[in-house]
Amino acid sequence: MSTGLQIALIPLLPLAAFVILGLFGKKYVNRSAGIIATTLLAVSAVLAFYTAYQYFFQYGKVEGVYQKVTAFKYTWLQLSDNLSIDMGAMIDPITAMMLVVVTFISLLVHIYSLAYLKGEKRFATYYAFLGLFTFSMLGLVLSSNIFQMYIFWELVGVSSFLLIGFYYDKPSAVAACKKAFIVTRFADLGFLIGILVLSFYAGSLDFTTLIERLTSYQASELQTATAASFMGISALTWGLVLVFIGGAGKSAMFPLHIWLPDAMEGPTPVSALIHAATMVVAGVFLVARLFPVFQMSPPAMDVVAYTGIISALIAAVIACTQTDIKRVLAYSTMSQIGFMMFALGVSKTGGEEGLGFTASMFHLFTHAMFKALLFLGAGAVIHYVHSNEMKDMGGLRKYLPITHITFLIACLAISGIPPFAGFFSKEEILLAAYQHNPVIFYTAIITSGLTAFYMFRLYFTIFWNKVSPSYPNGSAGRALERAEGEVHGQFPATNGSGRHGEGGFAMMLPLIVLALASCLAGFIHFGDFVTADGKPLITALHLLFSIAPVALALAGTGIATWLFLYENDCPVKYSNKLGSLYKTAHHKFYIDELYLFITKKIIFNLVGRPAAWFDKNIVDGLVNATGSSTNALAEKIRTFQSGKVQQYAIYFLAGVMGLAVLFIYWWK
Amino acid sequence: MTGTTIIFYLLALLTLVSALLAVTSRQIFRAAIYLLFTLIGIAGFYFWMQYDFIAAVQIIVYVGGITVLIIFSIFLTQQAGELLPKQKMGRQVFAAAAVCCSFALVMLQIGQHNFTVTTEQPVAPTIAAIGEKMLDTTADGYALPFEVVSILLLAAMIGCIVIAMRPDNTLTTEQTI
Amino acid sequence: MLTPGLYHILFISTALFFIGMYGFFARKNLITVLMSIELILNSVNLNFIAFNKYLWPNRLDGVFFTIFIIAIAAAEAAVAIAIIINLYRSHQSIDVEQTEEMKY
Repeated sequence: MSTGLQIALIPLLPLAAFVILGLFGKKYVNRSAGIIATTLLAVSAVLAFYTAYQYFFQYGKVEGVYQKVTAFKYTWLQLSDNLSIDMGAMIDPITAMMLVVVTFISLLVHIYSLAYLKGEKRFATYYAFLGLFTFSMLGLVLSSNIFQMYIFWELVGVSSFLLIGFYYDKPSAVAACKKAFIVTRFADLGFLIGILVLSFYAGSLDFTTLIERLTSYQASELQTATAASFMGISALTWGLVLVFIGGAGKSAMFPLHIWLPDAMEGPTPVSALIHAATMVVAGVFLVARLFPVFQMSPPAMDVVAYTGIISALIAAVIACTQTDIKRVLAYSTMSQIGFMMFALGVSKTGGEEGLGFTASMFHLFTHAMFKALLFLGAGAVIHYVHSNEMKDMGGLRKYLPITHITFLIACLAISGIPPFAGFFSKEEILLAAYQHNPVIFYTAIITSGLTAFYMFRLYFTIFWNKVSPSYPNGSAGRALERAEGEVHGQFPATNGSGRHGEGGFAMMLPLIVLALASCLAGFIHFGDFVTADGKPLITALHLLFSIAPVALALAGTGIATWLFLYENDCPVKYSNKLGSLYKTAHHKFYIDELYLFITKKIIFNLVGRPAAWFDKNIVDGLVNATGSSTNALAEKIRTFQSGKVQQYAIYFLAGVMGLAVLFIYWWK
Repeated sequence: MTGTTIIFYLLALLTLVSALLAVTSRQIFRAAIYLLFTLIGIAGFYFWMQYDFIAAVQIIVYVGGITVLIIFSIFLTQQAGELLPKQKMGRQVFAAAAVCCSFALVMLQIGQHNFTVTTEQPVAPTIAAIGEKMLDTTADGYALPFEVVSILLLAAMIGCIVIAMRPDNTLTTEQTI
Repeated sequence: MLTPGLYHILFISTALFFIGMYGFFARKNLITVLMSIELILNSVNLNFIAFNKYLWPNRLDGVFFTIFIIAIAAAEAAVAIAIIINLYRSHQSIDVEQTEEMKY
């Protein structure tokens, strides 16, 4: 099959799943919806792997440099002679990598959901939405045109909205999906304006052309873009910063991160797919795609870098205080994406200087593996315990052995302990930061330490610490089961037998596969494949340099072990000692309250209310006035029909005379 | 100043003054009499213009017929004695203003117009000539309008009788002769 | 100027016409309104005869029009009186203001 068709099929197969299951799923194929969707996605995954293999090992390299290969392109909207919106697919090293990541994680989530959501009434709808999301994400990474990417960007937002609000009879889920959509949509406004600015100066919406025109120093487009300035900042920087705002919204960077913790209201496999591995990295992908253009504007790079590191630090601090396990994982995601962002922000192009780019992409790859593993593992725990809160868990290593081991592997990976995957990618990021920006480097090291601490806090409170009385093995547990009764809200269906083990084969298989990936992915020589300028980069292992981060990670792990391995009251004592600091972190730095204040008190009162008053009294008033004045006039005119014949006659005479004057004197 | 001129102005005076008094008088019988004088004045004009036949018709029909008819109707509706109520001042003023303006306009137009007199031989309007023309059936004759007017008069007569009939004069179906 | 000609007669007939109009607008009694209408018709007759005499003395059209108008005016006055009598029977008054039943 031709390359174009093969590549086109990759997103189209999940779209077919969406259409089939969306139209016919509920009525006809509710039970087997999962199988259908999984099969289609498996084919798509095979095609994606094959495409990536072909690209990296067969045709992608020309004279030792990876090229951007356009597989196909159709003109969709011709806006003017020079400007058109095309629909097409472009393969790039990062695109090929993302194809592998998205299809792989999506396939595992599909398999996992077969067991997690078994018995759910809207089973087919769930798989339809998953298909839509996968289609949108694949379309996003394959886009050859920035406007096409925007279209898929919005589609990803919509699918995320649908999936977060899947349990639509829970008001908290509804509020969460609305919040996610509104915040990302608001950020996308920046993205759109950025697109317009950049394409205006570059004269094209196509990625290859746009990047070419805005990066070669001889090109007139670059010169006009840097020359034109607004409020002292060049237009190029404005465009890039606005585009980055869009990316920041989708990737939950500070201060647009408020939607990510609330998005945990959706089913856990959804969190694994969307909010760990794929959608939230769309912002990172966008910056990576436009990386050559970002290079042209050091201020924009600084914005990216500092936003990344601030988000990473804040998220790590908040995660140390949260008690809902999914929230901890959400903040952990935010923190790791912050790592990816600042790695891009400090990077340069070419050789050793471009290490940040490679490191960021490598971390994206490995993070997808172990974060998805963490979420799916958390899903298994929640499935067993029927609660999200840490206080309902503890000592689960006896009841959930496979989950326990895989979760432990993931925690080791994320903390950056060798030889797991996270160590290699994080070490490269820290190296890049050390080479370019000391401040960021030291903050990043501290954040890594915090990462290890809160991840192991999470691990110990779930699997060690204490044994919660509310387990199915105890009598209290059985009563709890019976009281739980019907499936409602977050918890998957049970068969009510009172004693159930660890999920089924469908839930354990993805965990095992991802655990293997977390162990082995670190050994891929990513620099051979994905670099900023396409030329391979040999990354060596700087053993001396790695000592500091690993030591800090082990220290964090050690503190967590001391505090949480066995039940004691040290954590409570220390959190009381920290007093208001702990409280602020626990309340997520009151950012949500700040947003509410700004929107309710300031925007609604100062902008919303006057606008509403204006609309009701002046605009409506004008329309009503036309109506009521016409009415009044009509009442007046009505009196002409008075029934008095003599009055009619007078008007008749007056009219005739008026017409006579008109005709005699004015109209010849 | 010839005699005809003096007679003309006297007739004009009579006609116009009587007309004004006819429309403004507050006693209805007096108004009817002033109307009578106006009609006589107009007949006088016809005589002055030497159209004797028309003058005679005017006196017979208008003065002798219509004015008497009006006086009968005044008596039939018992209006003879009382004063007529005056119209609202606003209405009177507005009507007078409208009328005066219109009169001025029309007079202006008439004054500016050049009437062209025909150059043919005049025909004297004798009774014989009128009579011949009236019953003439050629294209230029008035036989058809004559017949139509007679039908109209018939219709008017029947209409008056029907309208003015008392309701209890009609025969019901039960009454037999 | 002083010798009476067409313009003088036209002046008189126009004056009569508008006097009749004023009477039609400003009178409250139906019979007086009828009298004003007769004035208007007479002014028109005068006009016809004047034109016939001064502009078209070779023809008799004006005379015939006048004859017919007189005939028709008589018929119309008769019908109007009949209506007035009928109205008097139902309303017991022939005031114009009492006949405003076809109004809004």
